[in-house]
Amino acid sequence: MKRAALTAVAVVAVALCAAQPLCAQDTGAVSRTPAATAVADSALEARTAAVASTLRCPVCQGESIQDSPAELAQQMRDVVRDRLRAGEAPDEIRAYFVSKYGEWILLEPTASGLNVLLYVLPVLLVIGGLAFVVVLVRRWTTPAVNPE
Amino acid sequence: MNWKRAVIAMLAAAPIIALFAFGFTRDPGAIPSPLPGREAPAFKLAVFAPGEASLARPVGDTIRVHDLAGKVLVLNFWASWCLACRDEHLVLSEAGRMYAGRPVQFLGVLYNDRPEAGIRWIAELGGQSYPSVTDERSRTAIDYGLYGVPETFIVDTKGRIAYKHLGPVSAAVLRRWVDSLLPKGAPGDTVPRPRAR
Repeated sequence: MKRAALTAVAVVAVALCAAQPLCAQDTGAVSRTPAATAVADSALEARTAAVASTLRCPVCQGESIQDSPAELAQQMRDVVRDRLRAGEAPDEIRAYFVSKYGEWILLEPTASGLNVLLYVLPVLLVIGGLAFVVVLVRRWTTPAVNPE
Repeated sequence: MNWKRAVIAMLAAAPIIALFAFGFTRDPGAIPSPLPGREAPAFKLAVFAPGEASLARPVGDTIRVHDLAGKVLVLNFWASWCLACRDEHLVLSEAGRMYAGRPVQFLGVLYNDRPEAGIRWIAELGGQSYPSVTDERSRTAIDYGLYGVPETFIVDTKGRIAYKHLGPVSAAVLRRWVDSLLPKGAPGDTVPRPRAR
């Protein structure tokens, strides 16, 4: 829910930026107006938040680096922001953190290798449980056959 | 009929018991690092605590990981606010002295701390034989996948991370790893055994 909201903010900010000539890149001296800079900054912040909310804070319990007030989380957000500013894609940034901390750093594990079990097992357990309940209910509701 | 039920119950319980056994025998705080076996991330960090005697580097000097090729690097992340860092300080400092003159570089990296606090801490604990550097905005710490201090990395002579140690490092661990990575027949191949802990 939160990620969807952040993505929506990013899309709106980028759309606003694209609609305004003020946001056009200037190859000469910096000539952005404060309004254009603010829009670009808010777009970058929204994109940073979107990526940061998918990365686990290493010094917290189950929190993303976006939600955590820890100093390390804040510094990791800075890394995300700097890499986005340098033109890296969100997946490249996530790959960077995975190369340093392992898959553990992703709040949502990728659906590959043994991780597939994380996604498949709950579904199989629910189906198995439902089947078990159906069998039991049928057995209880079926009248006993009289041997006579 | 009862034995059938017992077998089904056991089969159902077995995976759950196995899962708990797996979970309870592991440290939930330990994050497996993907770094051992990989090239040590590059860094260029400025010295703030010089170290002593032959191991000393001038304050403000920059140390790059690439400049240390051919040496075993013992890279220790620490902070003055870290209580566990006190436990390993003497072990590291003594090991630094004992491996002096051999192709081994001990280097401290200050993590989320002010250099002044680091210098006070070193003085309070009786000095540090090897130099320590500052890590602005923890960029090097993040490059090394750090999530707490103390953490120690041992890098081989080819610049690959051989070992990552979480928590206070012992003399035995240092000796085992450093000795195993030193080129055989290097000058001064026999060193006094660091004090065991």
